[in-house]
Amino acid sequence: MSADASILLENARLLDPASGLDEKGYLLVHEGRIVAVAAGSPAGLELPPQLRRIDADGRWLAPGLIDIHVHLREPGEEHKETVASGAAAAAAGGFTAVACMPNTRPVNDSAAVTCQIMAAAAGAAARVYPVGAISVGLQGETLAPFGEMRRAGVRAVSDDGRPVGNSQFMRRALEYAGDHDLLVISHAEDDSLSRNGAMNEGETATRLGLRGIPAVAEEIMVHRELALAEYTGRPIHIAHVSTAGAVDLVRRAKARGVQATAETAPHYFTLTEEAVGLYDTRAKMNPPLRTAADVAAIREALADGTLEVIATDHAPHSELEKELEFELAANGIIGLESALPLSLALVRDGLLSPLQLVALMSTNPARILSVPGGRLAVGEPADLTLIDPDYRFTFQADQLKSRSRNSPFLDWEMQGRAVLTIMDGRITHEVVSVHQG
Amino acid sequence: MSADYLFPHRHILGLGDLAAADIDFILKTAESFKEISQRSIKKVPTLRGKTVINLFLEPSTRTRLSFEIAAKRMSADTFNISGAGSSTAKGETMVDTARNLAAMNPDCIIIRHSCSGSPGLLARHIDASVINAGDGAHEHPSQGLLDLMTVREHKGRIAGLKVAIIGDITHSRVAHSNIIGFCKMGAEVRVAGPATLIPPGIAAMGAQHCRSVRQAVSGADVVMTLRIQKERQQDPLLPSLREYAIFYGITPEIMALAAPDAILMHPGPINRGVELDPALADGPRSVILDQVTNGVAIRMALLYLIMGGE
Repeated sequence: MSADASILLENARLLDPASGLDEKGYLLVHEGRIVAVAAGSPAGLELPPQLRRIDADGRWLAPGLIDIHVHLREPGEEHKETVASGAAAAAAGGFTAVACMPNTRPVNDSAAVTCQIMAAAAGAAARVYPVGAISVGLQGETLAPFGEMRRAGVRAVSDDGRPVGNSQFMRRALEYAGDHDLLVISHAEDDSLSRNGAMNEGETATRLGLRGIPAVAEEIMVHRELALAEYTGRPIHIAHVSTAGAVDLVRRAKARGVQATAETAPHYFTLTEEAVGLYDTRAKMNPPLRTAADVAAIREALADGTLEVIATDHAPHSELEKELEFELAANGIIGLESALPLSLALVRDGLLSPLQLVALMSTNPARILSVPGGRLAVGEPADLTLIDPDYRFTFQADQLKSRSRNSPFLDWEMQGRAVLTIMDGRITHEVVSVHQG
Repeated sequence: MSADYLFPHRHILGLGDLAAADIDFILKTAESFKEISQRSIKKVPTLRGKTVINLFLEPSTRTRLSFEIAAKRMSADTFNISGAGSSTAKGETMVDTARNLAAMNPDCIIIRHSCSGSPGLLARHIDASVINAGDGAHEHPSQGLLDLMTVREHKGRIAGLKVAIIGDITHSRVAHSNIIGFCKMGAEVRVAGPATLIPPGIAAMGAQHCRSVRQAVSGADVVMTLRIQKERQQDPLLPSLREYAIFYGITPEIMALAAPDAILMHPGPINRGVELDPALADGPRSVILDQVTNGVAIRMALLYLIMGGE
């Protein structure tokens, strides 16, 4: 893989939350790195030969988007997604890096599996940061070898997909992760409360005759994780926050200095449980879609910084797992290619500034996961996303790069998307209409 | 029934889909069919040449038999498929089952399934009409309709009646269909039972949650008690059947709180001495066997309206 010719992006609205820069200017990429970035025109700048000039025409140039919560299904379920197809979907959605959860088959609970994922990621269209398991086989009984997995490339540990039920075990995981500089990501769910539930507990579930998952199943575990983080002095990252109560717990913990961060996903600020309609399995996920009040709380928490990350929880499933009775269908939806358009709606609604949005989708994820990127600064890797906030399109199944189609957003009219993605100086996604100079 | 009314439904998935006028029409049709079952030759040619499949993926005796008798009294050909648990337990998905059945060109499929919503899934993948014979904790529309018919027969009306439904409301598709049906027809529905068995949002379905059985039954015109499923005891929902019988069972003393001419209903099968005192089950207020009789008439009406109705 060699970097493309040098690239000069001109007339871009530069968005760099790290420095607060929000101005029209240019950015020069050379040999895979950012070598110049400044407001104004590049006149007088010494330009390398073999330069590709791109007139951004006022579109937004952001550091490459980073999704810290995806499922890539390799090894084991390559019919749903591979590392390569997932990375291609990421690039198409404007992402330059993804962190993939360990619930593969086999589980990523050893350096050998981590190495396998890293090998599959070589040459992929996005950087891939594997997340190792907390417990061997996600069984919650034996700590996975954090040190060996760290050496092989993992940046965080999580049993995502299932909670760590035993509080003592979670405490030890937090303590031991500290020795190896690994972030612990919590799938917060008390499964004695959520067990066999198929959607949010409430009026809709009662009407449909479906067993519900109450909000308190999430909130009890968020409360425990925050208490353990406070007690051990170790950071915790709460995955896929979906309830108003969980938001409130995180907000209060942060206020008293707990090292807690938290993410939500676009479906939790876009849809309510009503999306289940008449047993539409495309709206089945865990945690489940919640109420309008929860959606309002999530949106507020993104605006006030309580939730610092928008992740996708990209969970590919084949038709086989979704075209079933609702209670038997698999949980999860794909998200890499719809996340940015859905999140841009928050900017249009006046809830977030463009800089805040970029912080949620790039700068903060890079900081929390301790990976490069997230900034428009000289010397940084050339991971970049050019966003056209006005681009209108229909979100269509046949245009997806992901191997799976399980999305409740199919056929939605969307506004805004990534029109150019550059990873490591290489163009990984380009919508034809990008002007060329 | 009005001459210009056309029954607008091809499937019967739940009472939630039916308007009050539809329910009224079904009840009137069933009332006119009831007489057929009292003849010495209990058969009419109305559905001759039609194929009805009973797809019972969850065990059932009385509902399956009731549907089969209904279909045969209308001269339809009936076929039974049974299987424990879900379709996937047999290694075939529901949608594949539907496609296979569709290839044999049935006119109507009657489905009983442990998963809520499965009749709708079937209906989306098959041209035949689908009747829901009970899906998970969602609905059991033919049972709801036969209960409405039985009440109307005994009370002459439904609007304005006070209906008390006692027991496991959460897991009871019968209760769900009855709450929807009675509310749509203008009755006042009250529910009572252990708080562990009353689902959230029951008020949104139109029912009033009473804190005690006594409160629910007081002045009621109809007292309907539900079967307590013994398997529910695994989840910590009930301390014991004994305790349930003491605090939530319908006894003569409780029944005395109802209106003097109140009727007593139960969808069956009864756990005698648990949810219902044996003397009441066989007593003069009990209309339990009328419910069973009306079940055949309602199912004849449903088959007629979705397959042969003109």
